[in-house]
Amino acid sequence: MAGTAVVVDSNENLWNGGTEPLKASYGKLMMWFFLLSDAFTFTSLLATYGFIRFAHPAFEGEIENFVFSQEYWPIPEMVFNAVPFLHGIHLPLVFVGIMTFILILSSVTMVLAVDAGHRNDKVAVEKWMLWTILGGLTFLGCQAWEWMHFIHGTEAGGQLLDGSFFHGANLSLNQYGPPNFAALFFFITGFHGFHVFSGVVINFIIFYQATTGVLERRGTYEMVEKVGLYWHFVDLVWVFVFTFFYLV
Amino acid sequence: MAVTEVQLDEHVEHAAHDDHEHHGNFVTNYIFSQDHKVIGKQFLIAGIFWAIIGGGLSIIFRLQLGFPDMNLEWLRPLLGGWITESGKIDTEFYLALVTMHGTIMVFFVLTAGLSGTFSNFLIPLQIGARDMASGFMNMLSFWFFMLSSVIMFISLFISTGPAAGGWTIYPPLSALPQAISGSGLGMTLWLVSMVFFIASQLLGGINYISTIINLRTKGMSFTKMPLTIWAFFLTAILGLLSFPVLVAAALLLVFDRSFGTSFYLSDIFIGGEALPNSGGSPILFQHLFWFLGHPEVYIIIMPALGITSEIISTNSRKPIFGYRAMIGSLMGIGILSFVVWAHHMFVTGMSPFLGSIFMILTLIIAVPSAIKSFNYITTLWQGNIRFTSAMLFSIGLVSLFISGGVTGIFLGNSALDIFLHDTYFVVAHFHLVMGSSAFFGMVAGIYHWYPKMFGRMMDEKLGYIHFWLTFIGVYLVFFPLHYIGIAGFPRRYYSFTNFDAFSDFADLNMFVSVAAICTFGAQFIFLFNFFYSMYRGKKASLNPWDSNTLEWTTPREPGHGNWPGEIPTVYRWPYDYSKPGSESDFIPQTVPYTNTPESNLPHEAEEAKNEKV
Repeated sequence: MAGTAVVVDSNENLWNGGTEPLKASYGKLMMWFFLLSDAFTFTSLLATYGFIRFAHPAFEGEIENFVFSQEYWPIPEMVFNAVPFLHGIHLPLVFVGIMTFILILSSVTMVLAVDAGHRNDKVAVEKWMLWTILGGLTFLGCQAWEWMHFIHGTEAGGQLLDGSFFHGANLSLNQYGPPNFAALFFFITGFHGFHVFSGVVINFIIFYQATTGVLERRGTYEMVEKVGLYWHFVDLVWVFVFTFFYLV
Repeated sequence: MAVTEVQLDEHVEHAAHDDHEHHGNFVTNYIFSQDHKVIGKQFLIAGIFWAIIGGGLSIIFRLQLGFPDMNLEWLRPLLGGWITESGKIDTEFYLALVTMHGTIMVFFVLTAGLSGTFSNFLIPLQIGARDMASGFMNMLSFWFFMLSSVIMFISLFISTGPAAGGWTIYPPLSALPQAISGSGLGMTLWLVSMVFFIASQLLGGINYISTIINLRTKGMSFTKMPLTIWAFFLTAILGLLSFPVLVAAALLLVFDRSFGTSFYLSDIFIGGEALPNSGGSPILFQHLFWFLGHPEVYIIIMPALGITSEIISTNSRKPIFGYRAMIGSLMGIGILSFVVWAHHMFVTGMSPFLGSIFMILTLIIAVPSAIKSFNYITTLWQGNIRFTSAMLFSIGLVSLFISGGVTGIFLGNSALDIFLHDTYFVVAHFHLVMGSSAFFGMVAGIYHWYPKMFGRMMDEKLGYIHFWLTFIGVYLVFFPLHYIGIAGFPRRYYSFTNFDAFSDFADLNMFVSVAAICTFGAQFIFLFNFFYSMYRGKKASLNPWDSNTLEWTTPREPGHGNWPGEIPTVYRWPYDYSKPGSESDFIPQTVPYTNTPESNLPHEAEEAKNEKV
């Protein structure tokens, strides 16, 4: 009953049937329950990360003395310290910080798009949806660069258990530390990146529908709200992925 | 006030829209249908198909266990190369048989076939809705299931055989294609199939939940909902929260199998060769798997319990004993099901302290389960019991649930489990408490709602015969397995006769196998009854069981939209059977309190004053 002014005389009647007790359409409820379910997927992946991470020893000693080794889990800020065009300069977590900022900014523009939808302001919906899509694409681009850098590795490389030197990372081996460090990085940021990608695609579909007036003819911009929920969720998940992979 | 008006408007609008029959063509009516009743029946037929295959597989391995010297050459036309030169079942194929039997029964029959059928069919009918919230997603849910079924079915026929690592697909066995032939293409197809299966479950699940929250008819508060709907609601929530964990577990396994990661693998020698994998842990998979796997067994049993509540109350002509306790115990079981998963892992070397915690949490589940059992019995107590086929199967469920549940208390003890783990005792336990119970619930549901599904009655005599053969058969099959289990015989072993200690059990095993074959055979009586009655059965009356719930207020064969006119309004709970003072021994939910002053309780008389009929 979105868009209909409903006066409910008491909260008691809310759950008595014949109404939408949470004041949300079924579509919005479905999105919420899907996100709840998706949250469990990410939780289990992050739990997997924790399980494997703590099965490996951590680096002990001063951070200045840190070198890549298969013997212990690497320190993230020594791995993720590159920024495009600033080759060879140690800038720990700067680039991923920028990425995170862009993604969070795209959440803000999504809020503005949802708000514009509430006002039935077609032009503003288009504008803010477009910014959100751009934010998502930029994030994906940054992630592509970050992956590329991670895969190519450093000039020095790292020593494997058999004594040979290896540059960069793949799913089985990496120069930074134990094999599962890179495997988990690829898997979890990849799984999240796939979510961002799907988000960009559905955002684009809604942007397209807004632009061609489909949503206007429908009389409600609720679809913007639904994809907005998904987008915020993807951002929220990134905050956790970021915390687990880069900060702790 | 305003709410009422808006609601009325909406109903009128709906009525105008849904009143007329939708005359689609064959494809839109029966294949890509968006009608919840058709989708429910599609799930039912698919479930029955899978049950025959799953049961058939178990008969094949029961032949091997009961008659190890038998010449199985006559199975060659069906199994081909899986029958060895000497006329025996190939040892690796035996593992594939038990794996596929488990997978098919757990997921395809008792999850999709049971939950899929009855959630789809009953939710809109019993809460008073025209259809599911999203008919399209509901249709997708079935067709994802169908895709998953086709893939799993194909995997039965590939040359390397279907998955053979057990239905729990533990790595490293399932992760290493070079370990057994069943870990090759068969395992890949298993994983692909399960991904689609989970997608189907999620689409179905969020639909059931949203429908129950948003589309209840006027007056159908949560405390007036039939227990079937409560069970489907909580089951859907369980599925929604546990299946995504299996997605994660399965995807990580896919990466280990195909892309060289070591999430579950470490320090493995196979065929004298050391694998490069290091740093992973197979225990991790068990944690992830059982976080799904344990709620999964409640996903299987809870709909059956809900169906039983409804049938026992209706056919005892008594209100269900402890309606709120029934809901509470379902919730309790649901919540606890998420915190007991490690009782499947007592022997993985986990800390005994952690083992004790999981043991206590596990044993607490006995409380809500016992509440349910006692409530069933007290509902039956002094009722005017009508022994319909559905009622017999429901009582059978209670019996099996208790006798299987008791052994659950043994197995939940972390110390005892060291001895009993992975023996036939476990097999006997879960086949009684969850396998057969849920199967009985499903069959009871089919007998009970058949008149609504197909407009005709199933034959009661055949139903009795089916019940007694199945009930006795199930006990004859699974009770002896307890003894074999206590003696220490491990499950999934190809042969009893290779060990002197177990050769004493050869005759008992033969007995079990004969009982299994007879029980399986008895199911064909049901199949005949099911398909025969569809065309030749006695035409059903509108409310053949004198039941209170809303589905019996629809026409004999409800069309699209379920009710030809306005959706009925609900005034009372669904269990007003044999109410003191009332002339009739049942008062449907649509009868207002103002119409029944003779039987109203004091608080209901109060409510009657506020009723606007």
